[in-house]
Amino acid sequence: MNNLLLVPVVAPFLIGTILILFKNHHRTQRVISAVTAIIMLVFAFYITYEVYVNGIQTVELGTWVPPFGIVLVADLFASLMVILSSIVGVVCLFFAFQTISPEREKFFFYPFYMFLLAGVHGAFLTGDLFNLFVFFEVMLIASYILIVHGGTKYQLRESFKYVVINVFASIFFIVGIAYIYGITGTLNMAQIAERVGELEQTGVLNAIAVLFLLVFGMKGALFPLYFWLPNSYFGPPSAIAALFGGLLTKVGIYAIIRTFTLIFTHDPGFTHNLILFLAGGTMFFGVLGAVAQFDFKRILSYHIISQVGYMALGLGLYSQLAIAGAIYYIAHHIIVKPALFLFCGATEKITGTTDLKKMSGLLKTYPVLGWLFLVTAISLAGIPPLSGFFSKFALILDGIDQGRYFIVFISLLVGILTLFSMMKIFIYVFWGEESLKGEQRRQPLMPLLMPILPLVALTVILGFGAEPIFSFSMDVANELLEPANYINAVLKE
Amino acid sequence: MKTNYVMLHTITRIVALIVLSFSVYLFFAGHYTPGGGFIGGLMFACGLLLLYLSFDLNKITTVLPIDFEKVIAIGLLIGIGTGLNSLLFGDPFLTMYFDYYDVWLLGEVGLTTTTPFAIAIFLVVVGVALLTILTIAGDEA
Repeated sequence: MNNLLLVPVVAPFLIGTILILFKNHHRTQRVISAVTAIIMLVFAFYITYEVYVNGIQTVELGTWVPPFGIVLVADLFASLMVILSSIVGVVCLFFAFQTISPEREKFFFYPFYMFLLAGVHGAFLTGDLFNLFVFFEVMLIASYILIVHGGTKYQLRESFKYVVINVFASIFFIVGIAYIYGITGTLNMAQIAERVGELEQTGVLNAIAVLFLLVFGMKGALFPLYFWLPNSYFGPPSAIAALFGGLLTKVGIYAIIRTFTLIFTHDPGFTHNLILFLAGGTMFFGVLGAVAQFDFKRILSYHIISQVGYMALGLGLYSQLAIAGAIYYIAHHIIVKPALFLFCGATEKITGTTDLKKMSGLLKTYPVLGWLFLVTAISLAGIPPLSGFFSKFALILDGIDQGRYFIVFISLLVGILTLFSMMKIFIYVFWGEESLKGEQRRQPLMPLLMPILPLVALTVILGFGAEPIFSFSMDVANELLEPANYINAVLKE
Repeated sequence: MKTNYVMLHTITRIVALIVLSFSVYLFFAGHYTPGGGFIGGLMFACGLLLLYLSFDLNKITTVLPIDFEKVIAIGLLIGIGTGLNSLLFGDPFLTMYFDYYDVWLLGEVGLTTTTPFAIAIFLVVVGVALLTILTIAGDEA
């Protein structure tokens, strides 16, 4: 029993509720939410430390012992995800202070930001399949509001599609939960895992596995269900797009990795090869979409898709090295992708547009912005010694070891195309004749850069400190490949 | 021509009283028998809505100057609070406490920490239902 695990879930929920009472005091809202986000980050590190030293931590809500009650579980993977999402939460919040207009602030921006974080953290920490659904809904309802927040015509049109696709996915999710409850008679993930093992995963259990893959693939933007993502992420302001791009698809990926390393592990020849196939499609078609675009935000949105493919690739290969690579990739992506979206927001604030063809020559007036963007962009493309390189390196090395040359070829090709479209952004936005006029030259840059700097620093640290961080990922992967530890920690056998 | 709502107003006054008091009965019936915070809250919202419908939106708003956004927030706070109180005793989040007490005039009564939680649900349901309806009703366009 460790009530500490509640902090990342309950604290943002409590504070979000209090913020509703301060509806008209924007300054108070900002101060309270900033302090909460930072405290949450500190607690996330402390929880991870606790898990690292003392093993998997659980808390049985309402003193009902599992498998009857609901249980929160923090293993290394879950607590690492909580750290990463807390980092993004702090950074995007501080960027929002600079860029969100007062009209948007007035309509409960900060409360729903906090509810979103509560839902994301809950989804990471829960040990109960139905509760996973509940926290998905908490997160999604907050995201519906944030994505349409401001209510421009474009946002209303595109977020309607976002809502429809997600409600549709949620229906399938609940159907999948009903099926698995019908077969195993439990909703506790540890006990489901145990019983699926006893039943031997064949026939109908494989069908349920595919149903869950469909649901989480829809939320995590896997091939062929990614079509909703680029348009809906284009609408909201950059602070929100960065938060969504960093977190929401990763919750889907987290759920896939959790279910396919804990529950559906007994027939990898079928399920994990299917994931591998989807990963290839996601990487390839996502990057093709990005190459065709000429808009800063849209290119970044398509790249989310292709990079989700790399994470699925690590799970599909299903070895310690590959899963460690996937986890390293998630960490790398959650840091780099919001940074790029925030760069997009900064250039948008300077030039007033996200269309690449309308921008040029920012490097003369804003050299720091330009070079920092370049560092982050080549990190995304996977140039050594930055963080993108080591994660791809592990995945490709393991792919070659297993003799899966085709998927290795695709992932290398996608790496080159990623580099191409990042260079396209750099050349269009920062090179060429200077197009800025008057006011645009004198934007104060420091307030915009301050939230981005920690992320750029982290991608460099992840790259240069690859040795200890990769060995930590190996520990996480090792823990994921031993589901018995998780089951024993929850059911106390 | 000036329309006259004497029938509607007279009956509403009586019916609203019955509905509101029955919602309180439903709320307290909730622990072992059908009822509880959600049903009670819905019925309470219906009773208030009846007043809003038969009288005028502005008139009721001046009589009952309630900010339903705040009602939702307070309801949620009470709900989280009943979960957090178990931390004071070192038990896991949301642990329920239950015991019998002698209360003046009522005799022996079972008191449980789920009652504040039901009050929380009651407030949230009333707040959400009325806020939604009144926002749509108050929309001029």
